[in-house]
Amino acid sequence: MTTPLSRRVGAVWSWLDARLGLAEIGQLAVKKRVPIHRHTIWYYLGGMTLFLFMVQVGTGILLLFYYRPTAEEAYESVQFIMAEVQFGWLVRSIHAWSANLMIFTLFLHFLSVLLVKAYRAPREMTWVSGFALLAVALGFGFTGYLLPWNELSYFATRVGTQIVGVVPAVGEFMLRVLRGGEDVSGATLTRFYAIHVAVLPGVAFALLALHLFLVQRHGMSAPLGEDTGNPMQRSMPFFPNFFLRDLVGWLAALAVLASLAAFFPTELGLKADPFAPAPAGIKPEWYFMFMFQTLKYLPAHILFVEGEVAGILAFTLGGVLLLLVPFLDSKAARGESGKLFTWVGIGLVAYILILTYLGYTMSPTQ
Amino acid sequence: MVEGLTPPGQTRRRFVDWLLSRTLTTWLLSTGVGGLLLSVLYPAGRYLVPPAAAESATAAVTLAIKPEDVAPNSGQVFKFGNRPGIVLRTPSGDLRAFSATCTHLGCIVQYRPDLSHIWCACHNGHFDLNGLNVQGPPPKPLEEFAVNVREDQIVVSKGA
Repeated sequence: MTTPLSRRVGAVWSWLDARLGLAEIGQLAVKKRVPIHRHTIWYYLGGMTLFLFMVQVGTGILLLFYYRPTAEEAYESVQFIMAEVQFGWLVRSIHAWSANLMIFTLFLHFLSVLLVKAYRAPREMTWVSGFALLAVALGFGFTGYLLPWNELSYFATRVGTQIVGVVPAVGEFMLRVLRGGEDVSGATLTRFYAIHVAVLPGVAFALLALHLFLVQRHGMSAPLGEDTGNPMQRSMPFFPNFFLRDLVGWLAALAVLASLAAFFPTELGLKADPFAPAPAGIKPEWYFMFMFQTLKYLPAHILFVEGEVAGILAFTLGGVLLLLVPFLDSKAARGESGKLFTWVGIGLVAYILILTYLGYTMSPTQ
Repeated sequence: MVEGLTPPGQTRRRFVDWLLSRTLTTWLLSTGVGGLLLSVLYPAGRYLVPPAAAESATAAVTLAIKPEDVAPNSGQVFKFGNRPGIVLRTPSGDLRAFSATCTHLGCIVQYRPDLSHIWCACHNGHFDLNGLNVQGPPPKPLEEFAVNVREDQIVVSKGA
């Protein structure tokens, strides 16, 4: 039965389809199938991270309407958002909490891909683009942390940028470019602001487009044990079956986010004072905690190298190795299940958990 | 197969002409594009490097803190030009001053009366009353400043 209304909608659809190729896009979504097995649950973490990223874009744009990126006004403008602007506290809290949750789901997504070895051929570039997105997310976190210009963020940025300065030969120069001067100052703030609201979003959108395109092109990877190559393997259509389940995941993330933001609104702390001692109990964001705690344990000198140089070199090397996992894991590439990289993944999780735990429980003054 | 890649056999001269023009085009194209890129990227790169700030000419500062305000076994952070310094009085009554920038990763240090020495909160670094790095990750001692008391003013200067 065709009513005049549905006929009109149909006409609009065909008009748009002829110009935009809507049917082809629809085909792309319909064609994709998602394998069903006991690890299917991990497929939802990427979508959840994407949802939280969209929340970040939305709330970030809202914050831009009131935020002022100068050393004199940044703290006061955030105070203004929190105290005077209607729902300002909520928007800022959601932005801060969603950032944390996004890093959290991103870590889980990353680890699940590592442990089920979804990086094997032909998905190496999906892994590499995902790794780059992880780096971008950490960059977002690091630059965004400074923007409220409070005591904690000021010292975290002093330490975090100083780390660049220990790089041999070019460190001093890079440090100056990063800080916009010798010290962390208002010049650093405008730099971080530009990176946070313009440079990183641009890079993130490009990488995200590539990442999603590759996921769409290669389809979901099934874990080695489940990947029987059998075309009759249990699976569900991506659209609408998986997509609707994905939406449930997004709703769950939104519920957690809203509760955290409402019941534990983000604090602002004290305004940064470049001529006050670092307060006891200074700490970075939780996802940098394991590195921060490691730096505390390193002695002043390891062999002939200063302790922090050795530590930072080790972290850099670790990062490069992780990036190259798809190319190093020759067993998984041949479709055999090797235990080595599983243990590397488990060891990594254990190290991060233990050091993070110590970072939060050790007395900061001993 | 691209036509130009098989050397035309008719005359040697035509081949040389082809080679020259082709190389010339490639050369112009690559240097043109290279030049264009350079002319865009170089100014942008230079723009991102902050202009050098005038070297801090501060060689000595007179503190707003009076000598009697620095009690034995206490310390305060002050501005030495555009950098932080720390002035302290040892339990035995000596006034001393150091750079307050931790030699580890650049946090600002503080005086710990309970330990009677200098401490950095960021990575738990300890310095003794001579500014020597005695415990934790700092790799070098703190730079020491000369302290002079002139009447009721503290004057801190570089290079003892």
